[in-house]
Amino acid sequence: MAAVSGLSKMSGLSFTAVRQMARLKPLRMQQHRSFTVTAVPQQQHFDSSLDKPQFPGASAEFVDNLEFIQPNVISGIPIYRVMDRQGKILNPSEDPQLDKETVLNFYQKMTMLNTMDRILYESQRQGRISFYMTNYGEEGTHIGSAAALHSNDMVFGQYREAGVLMYRGFPLDMFMAQCYANVDDLGKGRQMPVHYGSKDHNFVTISSPLATQIPQAAGAAYAIKRENANRAVICYFGEGAASEGDAHAGFNFSATLECPIIFFCRNNGYAISTPTNEQYRGDGIAARGPGYGMQSIRVDGNDVFAVYNATKEARRRAVAENQPFLIEAMTYRIGHHSTSDDSSAYRSVDEVNYWDKQDHPISRLRHYMTARDWWGEDDERSWRKQSRKMVMEAFERAEKRLKPNPEFMFTDVYEEMPKNLSKQRESMWRHVQQYKEHYPLDLFDK
Amino acid sequence: MAALMLICLLGGAHSSYGASLLKLSPDCESDSKTQRRHAAHFTFQPDPVPTQYGPTQKMNLFQSITSALDNTLANDPTAVIFGEDVAFGGVFRCTVGLRDKYGKDRVFNTPLCEQGIVGFGIGVACAGATAIAEIQFADYIYPAFDQIVNEAAKYRYRSGNLFDCGNLTIRAPWGCVGHGSLYHSQSPEAFFVHCPGVKVVIPRSPVQAKGLLLSCIADNNPCIFFEPKIMYRAAVEQVPLEPYIIPLSQAEILQEGSDVTLVAWGTQIHVMKEVADMAQEKLGVSCEVIDLQTILPWDVETVCKSVVKTGRLLISHEAPITGGFAGEISSTVQEECFLNLEAPISRVCGYDTPFPHIFEPFYIPDKWKCFDAIKRMINF
Repeated sequence: MAAVSGLSKMSGLSFTAVRQMARLKPLRMQQHRSFTVTAVPQQQHFDSSLDKPQFPGASAEFVDNLEFIQPNVISGIPIYRVMDRQGKILNPSEDPQLDKETVLNFYQKMTMLNTMDRILYESQRQGRISFYMTNYGEEGTHIGSAAALHSNDMVFGQYREAGVLMYRGFPLDMFMAQCYANVDDLGKGRQMPVHYGSKDHNFVTISSPLATQIPQAAGAAYAIKRENANRAVICYFGEGAASEGDAHAGFNFSATLECPIIFFCRNNGYAISTPTNEQYRGDGIAARGPGYGMQSIRVDGNDVFAVYNATKEARRRAVAENQPFLIEAMTYRIGHHSTSDDSSAYRSVDEVNYWDKQDHPISRLRHYMTARDWWGEDDERSWRKQSRKMVMEAFERAEKRLKPNPEFMFTDVYEEMPKNLSKQRESMWRHVQQYKEHYPLDLFDK
Repeated sequence: MAALMLICLLGGAHSSYGASLLKLSPDCESDSKTQRRHAAHFTFQPDPVPTQYGPTQKMNLFQSITSALDNTLANDPTAVIFGEDVAFGGVFRCTVGLRDKYGKDRVFNTPLCEQGIVGFGIGVACAGATAIAEIQFADYIYPAFDQIVNEAAKYRYRSGNLFDCGNLTIRAPWGCVGHGSLYHSQSPEAFFVHCPGVKVVIPRSPVQAKGLLLSCIADNNPCIFFEPKIMYRAAVEQVPLEPYIIPLSQAEILQEGSDVTLVAWGTQIHVMKEVADMAQEKLGVSCEVIDLQTILPWDVETVCKSVVKTGRLLISHEAPITGGFAGEISSTVQEECFLNLEAPISRVCGYDTPFPHIFEPFYIPDKWKCFDAIKRMINF
């Protein structure tokens, strides 16, 4: 008996030793990641002796009168603003005090995006590209937030955030290449226009299904947290997309799993033709954040400094505290939803004109710059001319390029090409060779 | 959406709570006859002990899954496992001990939301880490259908290979279990094989499960790995402790034969093996049994080569017949082997009904239904 137990003890010992060895290796590989659980309220301590609620699902007191909680939609979460419509700083302590060069860069990126929008919108009207979506009125949300991020922060977008890429230096030629789906398109001509993506700019490729990127961004933020690098994730979406189940999933997951992520909602009043009062009945999107245990704020999306300040602070805290932040930027979709939509069918021209002429992120920043003598009429004229020229040149270059080789229809479905696919590819080429006069082969790269 | 179901699904009331409840019930004993399940519709037949991968240990299917996950977490510091209730070991015990061994940042519970689980997993993979997501039952994978079909499957293609989620593996218990009824019995593989970009893999045994799961995890494409839950405990064999890989998209010929080819996957393989023995014994028919293993992209070559030799094909799966994967196999084989076929291809599948509770013995494509199909094919 003694011998047996001795033996089992020994084998137990050696087993432990092996296990420890096995555990040491991956630990070293991880370079000792610190994984902190932040001060998120835990379930309260169970103590049956107290006359206090002991329910595990919430930490609260009893009340002895019947009262439903009223949603506060009349006087909602206030809208954070740094400058007024004339570009005047309202509270000097909130002034980010960006230098002239930075502010000029903001302005030039916003106006460049606007110029590109006008030209590509027209080109779609002329049938030169198949589809387009402008960013009119939302330029400030893109540039202000992008500027507050680090360039290696991962961006997940919806489709109306081209300004983020513009800010990060995605070349005009690449925007055009994607819309034209020519040989230079990084996406190999597979997706509809405005579905941009760039590995170099940490901008995850856009897809059409709304809100799918929201839980994905949470997952990416979780992985980034484990890397323990000073990085965050930002995830953009419209107020319409926020109605999708995936938005609920993404908010809840990022809160319970403590992810360094900024959810950035562009509330522009419409989801195609659907006004917000048919989209939700609460106090917008920002009011949902606290329900998920998420720090939330609402900002004036036409105020690039307000967007910048909010994003910068959210980023700082998201990374430091490993928790999600929600920013709802109030703005207005000045353009049509897309080139396949005529918004005059569901809203008034007066309404659109107000936002275009009287409260626009670009004109507001211009007022700010003019007041400081950083920008004058001449600067405006010459920049307009110059930016237009740059866009037109890229546009013409893109139009002349061939489309990618049809071969690319079959690659990247999987990392490798399975047998059924290589068979189908051969079959397509055999067919196209035989019937070549019926296919637009001359437009495609060989 | 997920099942609020206890572990006792497999007949083994593991929690002490469940066990004491049973003991307390005086009627339990006398009622056991009426409550007793119909005898299992299959007999698990272990494979020969694999010797090429080092020391082995007796494991059932859930233990071999744990072993594969254990190997992965040990060798890949980025790998994380998540899903509903995986932290305490999982409702089928597949993740027991892993949280203690590797930490709560690597093995963790998620909120109860399948679209979130898969979306989250895609994001983890997109950021370069290894994501192993669990969907509690294959029956509850549909809320994540959009994330799987529109997102995971198309990530690499639509981005021109700039981004991918090839590091994502989704595991889910699958198939009938005797009394799982509509939402604990489904075999949804055919819904996913219509979706270019994902791989769908189903093992037949503990050894297969570990090797194929490790392949899925290592594969640079999003994979769905369905685990036949009826075998979690029923199937026991010697499984190598060290990691090893069984290649994807490769069918395995389990038994050579000359008269009929039988194709199946998962639990149904064991039904087929028994059918092959019955056919030999009662009809003198020699059957070739093929385990497809990977449903997408599937191994056309192995199946067609076999049918060229035998001239007859029977395909069997638990899922409903219409739109089931047997339809795809059948049509491909008909195209490739037209001159060799001596009888119409036979499909023995579930009926085109939801999966029923009390009628399960009549629903499943059991050995007698398969045997009868062979008889008719031989006499055609």
